[in-house]
Amino acid sequence: MTDRPTRTLYDPAFEHDACGVAFVARLSGEPTHETVERALRAVANLEHRGAQGADPDTGDGAGILVQIPDAFFRAQLGPRLPAAGAYAVGTCFLPDDAERRARVEALVEDAVAAEAQELIGWRDVPVDLRFAGTTAAALVPCIRHVIVGSTCADQDAFERKLYVIRRLAEKAAGDELVVPSLSSRTLVYKGMLTAPQLAGFFPDLTDPRLESALALIHSRFSTNTFPSWALAHPYRLIAHNGEINTLRGNVNWMRARESQLATELFGDDLEKVLPVIVEGGSDTATFDNVLELLVLAGRSLPHALMMMIPEAYEGRDDLSPELKGFYAFHQCLMEAWDGPAAISFTDGRVIGATLDRNGLRPGRWYETADGWVVLASETGVLEEAPANVVRKGRLQPGKLFLVDLAEHRIVPDAEVKRRVATQQPYAAWVESETVRLADLPEAPAPDAPAEPLRRRQLLFGYAQEDMKVMLAPLALNAEEAVGSMGNDTPLAVLSRRKPLLYSYFKQMFAQVTNPPIDSIREAVVMSVKASVGSERNLLDETPEHARQLVIDNPILRDSELEQLRHVRHDVFKSHTVDTTWPVEEGVDGLSVALDRICLHADLALAAGTNILILSDRDAGPARVPVPSLLATAAVHNHLVREGTRLQTGIVVESGEPRSVHSIATLIGYGAAAVNPYLMLETLAELVELGWLPDLTAEQAQARAVKGIAKGLLKTMSKMGISTIPSYCGAQIFEAVGLSEELVERHFTHTPSRIGGIGLRELAEGALARHARAYPGSPDELLPVIGLYAWRREGEHHQWNPETISLLQHAVRNRRPETFEEYSRTVNADSARRSTLRGLMRFRFPENGGIPLDEVEPASEIVKRFSTGAMSLGSISREAHETLAIAMNRIGGRSNTGEGGEDPVRYAPDENGDSRRSAIKQVASGRFGVNAYYLANADELQIKMAQGAKPGEGGQLPGHKVDRYIASVRLTTPGVGLISPPPHHDIYSIEDLKQLIYDLRCGNPDARVSVKLVAEVGVGTVAAGVAKAGADHVLISGHEGGTGASPVSSILHAGIPWELGLAETQQTLVLNDLRSRIWVQTDGQLKTGRDVVVAALLGADEMGFATAPLIATGCVMMRACHLNTCPVGIATQDPELRKRFAGKPEHVVEFFFFVAEEARQIMARLGVARFEDLVGRVDLLDGDDAIAEWRERGVDLSRLLARAEAPPDAPLRRTRAQAPSLGDALDWKLVDKARTAIADGTPVQAELAIANTNRTVGGILSNAVTRAHGAAGLPPGTIRFTLRGSAGQSFGAWLAPGIELTLVGDANDYVGKGLSGGVLALRPPEDAGFRAEENVIAGNTILYGATAGRAFFRGVAGERFAVRNSGASAVVEGVGDHGCEYMTGGVTVVLGRTGRNFAAGMSGGVAYVLDEDGTFAQRCNHELVGLEPVGEDDAEAVRALVEEHERRTGSPVAARVLAGWDAALGLFVKVMPHDYKRALGLHLDHPVSTGGDGFYITESESTEAAA
Amino acid sequence: MGELGAFMKLNRAETPERPPAERVHDHREFVTTLPLVQLREQGARCMECGVPFCHSGCPLGNLIPDWNDLVYRDRFREALDQLHRTNNFPEFTGRLCPAPCEAACVLEIDEGNAVTIKQIELSIVNRAWEEGWIVPQPPAERSGRTVAVVGSGPAGLACAQQLNRAGHLVTVFERDEAGGGLLRFGVPDFKIEKQVVERRLQQLCAEGVELRLGVEVGIDVDANELAAEYDAVVLATGSRVPRDLPVPGRELGGVHFAMEYLYGQNRVVAGTLAVPPVTAAGKHVIVIGGGDTGADCVASAHREQAASVTQIELLGEPPPSRPDDLTPWPLWPMKLRTSYALKEGGERSFAISTTELSGLFGRVEQIHWCRNTGVPPFDPVAGTEEAHPAQLVLLAMGFVGPETRVLDQLGVERNPRGSIEAAAFATSVPGVFAAGDARRGQSLIVWAIDEGRRCARAVDTWLAGDGAHAAAPAAATAR
Repeated sequence: MTDRPTRTLYDPAFEHDACGVAFVARLSGEPTHETVERALRAVANLEHRGAQGADPDTGDGAGILVQIPDAFFRAQLGPRLPAAGAYAVGTCFLPDDAERRARVEALVEDAVAAEAQELIGWRDVPVDLRFAGTTAAALVPCIRHVIVGSTCADQDAFERKLYVIRRLAEKAAGDELVVPSLSSRTLVYKGMLTAPQLAGFFPDLTDPRLESALALIHSRFSTNTFPSWALAHPYRLIAHNGEINTLRGNVNWMRARESQLATELFGDDLEKVLPVIVEGGSDTATFDNVLELLVLAGRSLPHALMMMIPEAYEGRDDLSPELKGFYAFHQCLMEAWDGPAAISFTDGRVIGATLDRNGLRPGRWYETADGWVVLASETGVLEEAPANVVRKGRLQPGKLFLVDLAEHRIVPDAEVKRRVATQQPYAAWVESETVRLADLPEAPAPDAPAEPLRRRQLLFGYAQEDMKVMLAPLALNAEEAVGSMGNDTPLAVLSRRKPLLYSYFKQMFAQVTNPPIDSIREAVVMSVKASVGSERNLLDETPEHARQLVIDNPILRDSELEQLRHVRHDVFKSHTVDTTWPVEEGVDGLSVALDRICLHADLALAAGTNILILSDRDAGPARVPVPSLLATAAVHNHLVREGTRLQTGIVVESGEPRSVHSIATLIGYGAAAVNPYLMLETLAELVELGWLPDLTAEQAQARAVKGIAKGLLKTMSKMGISTIPSYCGAQIFEAVGLSEELVERHFTHTPSRIGGIGLRELAEGALARHARAYPGSPDELLPVIGLYAWRREGEHHQWNPETISLLQHAVRNRRPETFEEYSRTVNADSARRSTLRGLMRFRFPENGGIPLDEVEPASEIVKRFSTGAMSLGSISREAHETLAIAMNRIGGRSNTGEGGEDPVRYAPDENGDSRRSAIKQVASGRFGVNAYYLANADELQIKMAQGAKPGEGGQLPGHKVDRYIASVRLTTPGVGLISPPPHHDIYSIEDLKQLIYDLRCGNPDARVSVKLVAEVGVGTVAAGVAKAGADHVLISGHEGGTGASPVSSILHAGIPWELGLAETQQTLVLNDLRSRIWVQTDGQLKTGRDVVVAALLGADEMGFATAPLIATGCVMMRACHLNTCPVGIATQDPELRKRFAGKPEHVVEFFFFVAEEARQIMARLGVARFEDLVGRVDLLDGDDAIAEWRERGVDLSRLLARAEAPPDAPLRRTRAQAPSLGDALDWKLVDKARTAIADGTPVQAELAIANTNRTVGGILSNAVTRAHGAAGLPPGTIRFTLRGSAGQSFGAWLAPGIELTLVGDANDYVGKGLSGGVLALRPPEDAGFRAEENVIAGNTILYGATAGRAFFRGVAGERFAVRNSGASAVVEGVGDHGCEYMTGGVTVVLGRTGRNFAAGMSGGVAYVLDEDGTFAQRCNHELVGLEPVGEDDAEAVRALVEEHERRTGSPVAARVLAGWDAALGLFVKVMPHDYKRALGLHLDHPVSTGGDGFYITESESTEAAA
Repeated sequence: MGELGAFMKLNRAETPERPPAERVHDHREFVTTLPLVQLREQGARCMECGVPFCHSGCPLGNLIPDWNDLVYRDRFREALDQLHRTNNFPEFTGRLCPAPCEAACVLEIDEGNAVTIKQIELSIVNRAWEEGWIVPQPPAERSGRTVAVVGSGPAGLACAQQLNRAGHLVTVFERDEAGGGLLRFGVPDFKIEKQVVERRLQQLCAEGVELRLGVEVGIDVDANELAAEYDAVVLATGSRVPRDLPVPGRELGGVHFAMEYLYGQNRVVAGTLAVPPVTAAGKHVIVIGGGDTGADCVASAHREQAASVTQIELLGEPPPSRPDDLTPWPLWPMKLRTSYALKEGGERSFAISTTELSGLFGRVEQIHWCRNTGVPPFDPVAGTEEAHPAQLVLLAMGFVGPETRVLDQLGVERNPRGSIEAAAFATSVPGVFAAGDARRGQSLIVWAIDEGRRCARAVDTWLAGDGAHAAAPAAATAR
């Protein structure tokens, strides 16, 4: 994070990057220039992964790391150079200005001298500015090499000295100096360049004397173009592709560790390097900082990496006890740096790469007969004679890929890890030293509370709804309650209810730049295990380091807390700090109490406490509880500042927390465990009152704890975090409505951008709750807060009986005056108590504006409107089509949602109406997405997140998937459908770029949109989206969202669109990207005023979901998830659907009313054309007439700030994105297939292909689909054979009648959305390796395939056939998570699978050839059963295996077929329970064997609906 | 939240009534409630809407979804708590409220299918009285402040109970011989038996409210003395000046305001009067006014065995079902309703303008009317003039405002409609407050109770003044 005050909402701390990475190594260890050449060639072929900003010649960064080329320097510097290894070369970025440069160089020289090394000299690094873009060239630093001679005894000691020198110089020089490398082993060249520019810019790199045995190279894709030379990779030890999600926590914990760092190797020098982490660095830089320390302090590079990025080890029986012990031990030393990370690393002696536990980045490698090893983000970056390749592979989750140049070989993962894990008896240490909470002796039960339960509930702000809406369902279902229809209540800071502090914190979530995790289906990587105790010196390892108290679940029952409190142990010592204050001290008492609490914590720590319990048990008539989150965060950040944080674990004992969100915030701000005692007591009360029939108090509490733990996992996984220690203290929240002072002191580094309340108001809230409880009668009823459902005396809801009925009356009876009343009510409400836009006023010009008739007509304005993405399935067919007809009538756009669309809607109705949705959504489930669907869109929208539950997936249970819905979604009736939290083809911004490209191929005429949800940093993501080539970005507010979702997500994830939109506009304008992209916003837009505010804040277009639904009759039942919508909207029940009374006219009327209101405001603003409103934030101001929010410290100045950009910078879209399909190989294919497309004449051809040819077959399929519809061409009409390595998305959307055979190998996403075509992949005939043991295709193959067949002679990567719903495939081995979320189709695996096979697989069938009988243990049995292959299936399987042999020449297939009867017995049939049941119900529906896609006809569908 | 989807399986069950032929022979209540099983089914039909329009449609803001659900779950004791949270006298509203909640019920979008909210309310409170759950709740502490409430109708009683529970000492002044106002003397026993009113009054007294009956403020006690004696005065005197009919013959004998008739009837039924001052027995009765009071007159006349009963209404006949263009859901629908009284017999006519009353010997014998257009300004339709026999003419055309004596004594400001001007319940005279029909004009009993409660909160806040006593009593009335 940066300390510089940010006037706008843009903050460079939220920049993200993702990249192409490669390395080349020579096993012989012999340095050659060819290594460098190869690496440069490789990365140039990854250029499509990088990005360019507004200045197309300026890249986001590229760089290369090589061994010190001794010959090169010797040639330049001559005999004064010491022997290789005895000197170091440092690459320095220095000020351009000679005087400043001299000063900085002197500082470097001083540091060298201070550490008693010898300065040999400086060398100007030649650069050729012709190879830098305009922006980059303007900012280029002076690049010089400093050469330092060693006075140390050995090279390792010299390296340590160099580290000290660098840190000293960096600290002295500040921003003036960047040292990309300073080492006697490695050398880095990097800059703000594109990969192809690298070699031209640094002539050194083409010097034949620049020799190395290894080269690590990187090309960066940043989400924005904020210029920086320093942020290019590689860093000193690593290059990184991905994102560290837990960075804030890791940084805090590292800072806390510094005070106790010690190592003999550094001795007193250690202090000179502190702080270890350089503030303001990127996540990669930070990671590199820590890794460097660990390595220099004596751990091997693999060891250090295994500490920082441990694989998922809990509950695994395939790992050795030693290795598990290693991980368990190191978890006591350091939390995981969690996130999707592919880290390539080298210290100049070994080179390798590793993937984090989720395995979400691609990495492909091969080894040649002549001793080269090449690894890259993609296969095919270097041409290689097939006969020369001896092995091919891919990076695997949690696995280390290591090349040891000294040993001249690739060292297998298991061997490296065994070596590291057996260095010390780690497992034994853990066994003997770690204590499990469960093993502690029982403690005496706590005294029964003196105060009646009801009073304490009032004291902690309990409401009736907490019991009924939250706790009872939590205990009944062991799951958090579900709601729907978004959140229309005020932000906490604008609420008059004095909400609990938790409500001011908005959960952050992953979108685009890193993926969320499916905590349910991929539970194998998740863990809620936590530990308390004190940490020891990170740089050492002793048995004592393992002295931690392990807690299996961070939600503690009372008895468990007592065990902790009364712990009697030679290591563990607990102390309870009271977190209440005397009521008579009033408001001022809170601040005093916080000081006292921190002081008590200090004293306790000084006395050796390592379990600090923060308790508000003493709250009562005389004492007020400090908000538990405040107490926790205050102590946590205080101890971090004091440098003592690691001496203790913090445990919170509080009556306040009672929801997933409250406990998540406590853990996020430092609690290791929480005892929500009042919640537990309240559950017991509910049992006693008979609200939880059949449960004992114990059971109810156990279920609630389980439910919250499950919710916690979900909350963590939204951000892509897998374990509690990584989440603990990670502060992954944005504060909305808290004062800067409060945040800075107690929630340090939490983003907070609109100011807000401070301690005083928090104290007032606590005192008000106290007053509610004391005095009072003990049986007083709990208040009603009306948060989840409207109540007259409760929280304000924007949609309330008045606004709903006014709107309905206005549109049904066409009464403008009633709409005006509606609008007045909504706008006034908004101003009084709900929204940020309500706090703004227009700055009307004094000249009174312009006459209304000069303003462009409403019929033009309504074209900017669209309706929200609500799928058929979430809403009824009637409602869905009504919206579509209405939007088509006014020239706006309706959205399919993620449920596909019935093709009968593509043709106009007889009366001229069209039921076709202009926007076709492409979501993570890819339901209904095929070539035909894409071809029928005006806009293709990639849904990255949805407002109601960003970062989460969804589920449509099987009973809701009737024949019609199944047909539209191209799945099987009766089979449940799961939308994964992430798009499995988008783990980073460069992946998004690829999907955008795929969709462009699928429909070159449609505009491509990306839907994001507002959160801090969304502007930076939007900039990345613009750079990834999208035409349109949607910023969705958190309030919107009609879908069903856990209550805590509806209320606590995401932020208002006003903030997200303003940040987006500011960031896009700042980066000069605004001009090439449309910006849309949505989220509880209701009136013309809302529309104008949105335009002024930067939106070209606006989306509406709830309001048009209300126009068609929605009454905000909020029962959408229950299928009982009484007005026939959110239901599939045929009887209820008959009640639907909405008409397109109602929706049309609504939008025209809104547009008319907007026109009137435009007239007063004096703006005639809507486009001239866009971005005119100068026409907005805070409304001083509303005193309340000012009193609460809300400050809109950053929100209303204009971007820092030239005055003439475009504020709206003015030009199209540069065309991206120009060089597509498909144009050749289309050309060759011209006659085939025209008249079905068969065509065959053979062509070369390279990894730069992406999405081959996509444009061709679009051409076929346009000409022939969904049915495409007869089988085999178009046959192409391609030779080489295919780029990503080979065969995407392939239409019926097209067959592609690839001789070579392929990257990720082969057969994405396969729509009926046939794919076959085989190695070259002369390949030097056995196909079945080597990788032929990458990750996420056949994602969302709906029909067709695919054959892979070789092994595929992770998530093979993910969400396949109709294709058939044969493959000879797959990685982890095979057949995940599959809903239909057939997969035959003639080989080994990875772990977690069939997770979330609700339909389709897989047949796995299980030759060693071990498959069952790698299969996720949650949704599937394993069966032998029956007679019926045997035929179908055999047919597929035969076809596999025919198309790929597979010897495996031949062998299986030769011994067919025996092989049959080895096949395991993986049969989803849902699917089996559904097939039983629909006997007429055969198992798809990958025929052409089918559509249900209108008459059938009517019948299905009836 | 009731039972998922029950509204699709189960039909609305109307409130059971005793057969008209039977009930016209007595004065006992004619409305009964469903057996428990069926009642719970009706509770199950409630869908616990995200926006419960019933709760909004109810002037009291009754937590209808909450107690519907509790009845479905057979948790009557908790249902009572929820009911009492917003409503001091559910047994009054459960009998007498026209139930705007049901008109606003989301199930009523499909007209005629609303949840039977009123019946559920009544069942809860009836059960509570049977079980003895309703007991006096005297305040734990007394504030030492005193409040006089003038009028013991539902507004006055609600206000008194709330203020008393907040710790203030409350005295209610009632000019009649028994408490309850129109509940006691305006509404017949067959709609609400007087014991139902009496037991509530007893509860209030047991909680510490002093009830001074037969004391007419303004006559027996000067209003200003009251204001001087008490820390606050609440005027809950109702809107008791009836609308008159300015036609020739109005002065004839046998032409009475409805309340003159109903008061007498109620006293006779109560046994405090042997002979009614006005009687319908054996007469041709004309009731002018189509509202609830008119219906009560019709039904009372039946029970007196009138020769004939005819009810006439100025307005035209409304449509048989909800007119969506005029009063769409969730508004109160202006549609044709047939009162319980007409089910017992009698005729009714719409769009009738009375032109003259005529008679012999100073007593009315005939009513003369013509038809009108049915909509303002109600122009007569030529050639429709008729005359009907009329020996008793009862004027039930509503009320125009509060009686003025007390208001004049205190000098409180009034609005153009004649009601007391008290936007936030405080009148123009410091320390004097107003609630109920006296403030808002003639309205429903639910509004009266709501007025009483909210007025109590205003009084309590005013009494607390500079924070003289802590937040607790305010909290007690906050509900």
